[in-house]
Amino acid sequence: MLSLLRTFWEILQHTFRPRVTVQYPDEKPYLAPRWRGRIILSRDPDGGERCVACYLCAVACPVDCIALQATEDPQGRRYPEFFRINFSRCIFCGLCEDACPTYAIQLTPDFEMAEYKRQNLVYEKEQLLIDGPGKYPDYNFWRVAGVQIGGKNKGESEREDPPTDVHSNLP
Amino acid sequence: MNHLQDIIIPVAIIVGILFVSLTIAANLIWVERRLLAVWQDRYGPNRVGPFGLLQVIADTIKLLWKEDWIPPFADKGIFIIAPGIVMVTALMSYAVLPVTQKIVIADLNIGLLFVLAMSSMGVYSVVLGGWSSDNKYALLGGLRASAQMISYEVFMGLSLMGIVLLTGSFSLKDIVLAQRHVWFVVPQFLGFVLFLIAGIAETRRLPFDLPEAESELVAGFHSEYSGMKFGMFFVGEYLGVTLISALISVLFFGGWLGPVLPPVAWFLIKTFFFIGFFILLRAAMPRPRFDQLMSWGWKIMLPLALANLLVTGAIVLAIQK
Repeated sequence: MLSLLRTFWEILQHTFRPRVTVQYPDEKPYLAPRWRGRIILSRDPDGGERCVACYLCAVACPVDCIALQATEDPQGRRYPEFFRINFSRCIFCGLCEDACPTYAIQLTPDFEMAEYKRQNLVYEKEQLLIDGPGKYPDYNFWRVAGVQIGGKNKGESEREDPPTDVHSNLP
Repeated sequence: MNHLQDIIIPVAIIVGILFVSLTIAANLIWVERRLLAVWQDRYGPNRVGPFGLLQVIADTIKLLWKEDWIPPFADKGIFIIAPGIVMVTALMSYAVLPVTQKIVIADLNIGLLFVLAMSSMGVYSVVLGGWSSDNKYALLGGLRASAQMISYEVFMGLSLMGIVLLTGSFSLKDIVLAQRHVWFVVPQFLGFVLFLIAGIAETRRLPFDLPEAESELVAGFHSEYSGMKFGMFFVGEYLGVTLISALISVLFFGGWLGPVLPPVAWFLIKTFFFIGFFILLRAAMPRPRFDQLMSWGWKIMLPLALANLLVTGAIVLAIQK
């Protein structure tokens, strides 16, 4: 009987405790910079697409929600012809970001993606591409990669020596 | 002119009590959710309307738009009647409930017996609902309800007999008027505790909600109910809570009697205090096992009620002689 009364007293004391509820739409929670939310495709500082359509993200994806098709522009730069992420499947694990060799695909601190139609959760490249470099402002894949593309020959990348003439290198 | 008054005033009282009791019962859903939230460090429903007050209306609209499904294996007639019984019996009890000296629909000279009879009739709703659903969980819930009701009804009536002895009347109005000097909770404290426990069991509220124990029986006797039929069970339960709270205040806490404030205010304050207590019970207490519930009812509560009746009777006799 005494324990019952004590229970009532303890419960009543909760009336004046601070609430644990976060009143979400009014009070936005703090999201860490590395929060794994909506996926974006970033661009180089010069505005070109970073994605080189290597398919590594699609391979890494454990739920197969990424679909893309590689193609090449006249300058020899690979880029995705289409790039599609089905966010109704995506589990926001971030493995695509880890797999990406060019920092193109990135997860952002945004989770407010609710839609009334399921089809609207399938994002195409127009919806995924952003105009900035995302988390890596100075990185420019085509400037550091030793690949020859239009406007940049072998040996013209940053920190790249000119190619060795193998015929002059005799002992 | 006088004849017209004889008709209009009772009709106004009937409509008023019906409206107020149903409104209170429906809004108790909101009150309970908010209070439980307060005691669990949450906010509860606070989005629909000011303080979430319109939540009840939103829920009602939702329930009305839901499919009113009758399972093909159910006993159709009984299945439909069952939720109605709980509403009707609960509302019938309000007919004898004296809100104030003037606001009472029917001041029966057997008012207390009428209330007890109606609350016993309410059991049929649960039992028939559980039986007609033809579902093992519903049937188990109905079985539990019938066993629980029978065992707790026995001493519910007995616990009130002390009051009847002291008053010398079954009329609820006379019982209130007999408490002018001292509330019956003082001479009949044991009776009050017994009636409180029986009342909780009678309304199937926690910790005596074994007929619908959702952790074991899905939803107990109303597992198969949906839409407004489920809503009627729900509102019926809250009507019961309001009724038992009002009865406690009438029988043990002097009903409308009180200083300064108008009688209606006193009645409502006392009733809402006990409604709050019912909700506090739900926030604070775990559910007993079914055999514990039964043995408690028969082995502890019933002998206590009998002893209370015996002692009260002896004292009343001694005083009269």
